[in-house]
Amino acid sequence: MTDQPLLQLRNVNKSFGPVQVLHGVDFEARAGEVVSLIGDNGAGKSTLVKCIGGTYTIDSGEYLFDGAPVHVRTPRDSAALGIEIVYQDLALCENLDIVQNMFLGRETTSRLTLDENAMERAASETLASLSVRTVKSVRQRVSSLSGGQRQTVAIAKSVLWNSKIVILDEPTAALGVAQTAQVLSLVRRLADRGLAVVLISHNMLDVLEVSDRIAALYLGRMAAIVDRASVNQTQLVELITTGRSDSITGVPAGAGMTGASA
Amino acid sequence: MTTSDTSSATSTTAAPDPDETPDPHSLAVMAATAPVGNGVGDYARNYVSRLRGGDMGSLPAVTGLIVLVILFSILQPSFHKLYNVSVLLTEGSGPIVIAMGLVFVLLLGEIDLSAGYAAGVCAAVMVRLMVGYHAPWPVSIGAALLTGVVIGVLIGLLRAKVRIPSFVVTLAFFLAFQGIALYVLNNGKGQQGNVSVTDNVINGIENNQMPLWLGWLFAAACVALYAAVKLSASLTRRRAGLSAEPNSVSALKILGVAVLVFGMVYVLNKDRAINKKAIPQNVNGKLELVRPPKLEGVPWVILLVVVLLVVWTFILSRTRYGRHVYAVGGNEEAARRAGIQVDRIRISVFVISSFMAAIGGILIASNVKSVSVDNYGGNTLLLAVGAAVIGGTSLFGGKGRVIDAIIGGLVVEVIYNGMADLVKGTNGSAVQYVVTGLVLMLAAAIDALSRRRAGAAGLG
Repeated sequence: MTDQPLLQLRNVNKSFGPVQVLHGVDFEARAGEVVSLIGDNGAGKSTLVKCIGGTYTIDSGEYLFDGAPVHVRTPRDSAALGIEIVYQDLALCENLDIVQNMFLGRETTSRLTLDENAMERAASETLASLSVRTVKSVRQRVSSLSGGQRQTVAIAKSVLWNSKIVILDEPTAALGVAQTAQVLSLVRRLADRGLAVVLISHNMLDVLEVSDRIAALYLGRMAAIVDRASVNQTQLVELITTGRSDSITGVPAGAGMTGASA
Repeated sequence: MTTSDTSSATSTTAAPDPDETPDPHSLAVMAATAPVGNGVGDYARNYVSRLRGGDMGSLPAVTGLIVLVILFSILQPSFHKLYNVSVLLTEGSGPIVIAMGLVFVLLLGEIDLSAGYAAGVCAAVMVRLMVGYHAPWPVSIGAALLTGVVIGVLIGLLRAKVRIPSFVVTLAFFLAFQGIALYVLNNGKGQQGNVSVTDNVINGIENNQMPLWLGWLFAAACVALYAAVKLSASLTRRRAGLSAEPNSVSALKILGVAVLVFGMVYVLNKDRAINKKAIPQNVNGKLELVRPPKLEGVPWVILLVVVLLVVWTFILSRTRYGRHVYAVGGNEEAARRAGIQVDRIRISVFVISSFMAAIGGILIASNVKSVSVDNYGGNTLLLAVGAAVIGGTSLFGGKGRVIDAIIGGLVVEVIYNGMADLVKGTNGSAVQYVVTGLVLMLAAAIDALSRRRAGAAGLG
C-alpha cells in the first residue's frame, strides 16, 4: 500500500461573494479507508463536498488526485476521475426499477437498443458483490423499496462504475436502526473493496462505528483530523461545537494527516 | 452552506416508515444469481400484488371498454352493426393518433392543450397547399408534418427555456392556433373555415380499404411480430440466466392477441354496406339493376395506426431516449444528475406531440374529406387527452404507454358513438359532452387515487 492519498486538498478556499465559506481547508481520502466529515450546520461540509464533486470550483488551493494536481470544474470532471457522490435525497427515479436506476444516464446499448439483459446481470452482480441481500428482485420498482433499500441501491449505483472515491451525504439520516446497521456495513465493505469512502454524518455513533479517520469542520476551517481510535464521542461533540478539544493531544488541524500516514 | 436540515427532512418523508419490514433479512432472496420463481403461480401473484399496489395499467380501461361494448350492444341494436364498427375505428383514429403524441407529454407530467388546434393548423396548411397552390399530396403532407414539428419546437422552447408552465403555453396556443387555422383556411372567396379535400390519396387513408387478402396478411404479420418479440425476449433472458415470463403465459398472451387481431380483420373483411339491394340505374342508356359496390376490408388507416404504435412503443421501451423520458418524468433532478439533458427531452416530447397532432389532423381531414376549424376544437382535444388518461397514462408523469392511447381512445369513441344514437333529440350532443367529461374525470380520479394508494402502502 502506498502512502499516497487518493484525494488530497491543500489550503482550499472558497467564497460566495463576500462570504468566505472555506478557509484554508486541508482534506484527504485514502483508498481502503472510511474518512468521516463532521461539523455543525454551516460548517462547510456540503460546500467542501461540492468542491470535490465539481459543482463548485475552488477559489484557491490545490486539488490533487492520485498525487497529481487536477482541475475539477464540473461534475463531469469529477466523475471522469472516478468520484461518485451519493446525495442525501438519493436521486433515484421511483417509477423505474433498480436496474434502470443503476444504469440511468449510462445505459448499455447494443445496436441502438437497450441491452436490458447485460444491465440486469451487471446490476445483480454488483449487488451480490456488495453482499446486498435485502432486495427481492432487481426488477422491482424503486417506489416499492424501503428507505434502507433505496439507500443501498443508491450506493450500489455509485460503485457500479468502477469508481475510486465514493462520497456519501448523510446516508443514514432517514433510516431506522436495523437499516442503518445494514447501510453502515455496506459502507465498510466499500472501503474493504479498496475504495476511498467519505462519509458525511451528523450521527456520532455512526461515525465512530464505521470510520478509520474523522475530519471535523468548524466554521469553514478544518478543526482536526483524527484517528478513530484516538477519540470518543464527547471529544467529537467538542470539536463540532467549539472547533477544538483540549483532551485530544497533538492533533491541530492538518497534523492528523501526517500522523495518520506515518 | 449546508442544507442538511431541510434536505434530511425531505428524505425522511420520502422514506416512509410504516413499510419498514420488521426484519429486512426475512426478504433475503438473493437478488443476484438465483432467478425469482418461474412458475405461473408466481407470475399471477406478482401481477396481483402490482394491482394492489396501485399499478393498474390499462386494466380499468379494458374492463370499461368491454362493459361499454356489452352495454351499448344491448341498449342500442345498431351499435354492433358491421358498418358502425368500421366507423368507430376510422373516426377514432384521429384523436387516437393525437393521444399517442400526448402520452409523451403526459409522461413528463406536462400537458398539451393546443394539440387539437395544432392538428387543425397542420391540416389547414395541407389543404391550402393542395387547393390554393395545386401542390401534390406528398408535398402537402410533408408541409403539414413540418408545421407540426415547428409548433412543437416553439412550445418546447417556451416551456423548457422560458419556463412558462406548459398549461399556460399551450392554452395560449389553443386560442392562437384557432385563429391561425381560420386565417390559413380563408382563401378570400368566402370559403372561410371550411375547405374540401379533393385528393384521393388523402381521402383514401380513412375511406379506402385494403384488399381482403392484404387484411389477412396484415393480421398474420401483426401476430407474428408480437409472437417473435415475446418469444425472443424470453429466450434471450433464459439464455442469459435471468428469470423470464413463463412460456404458458406468453402463449396465452400471443393467443389472445391472435384472436383479437384475426377477429377484427374477419369482421372488417365482411361486406358492411348498409344497402346491399340492387337498385335500378342508368347504364349506357339502359335501365339495369346494379348492386351497390361492396364495402369491405380493413381501412388503410388501421395499418398506419399500428405502425405508429409499433414505432413509438419501440422508441419508448427499447431506446435510451425512451428510458430518459421516463426518468425525467419520474424524477427530474435525478435525471439531471445522471447527465440527462432534461431540457432537450422536454422540448422533444412537445415536438413528438405536435408531430403526431399533425398526423391526427390529416386523418381527421381524410375522415370528413374536408378541413374545418370546428373539427379540431375542444372536442378533439378532450377526446385525445381523455384517451390517453383513460387508457392508464398518469397525469402526474412517469407512467404510461403508447397503447394506452388506443385503448382509451376506443373507450371514448365507444361512448361517443354509442351515445350518439342512444340519446335522441336536441340534447344528444349535450349528453355526450357531459358523459365524456365525467368519464375523463373518473379516469383522472382513478389515476390520482391509485397514486395515493401506492403512497399509503409505502409504494409511492
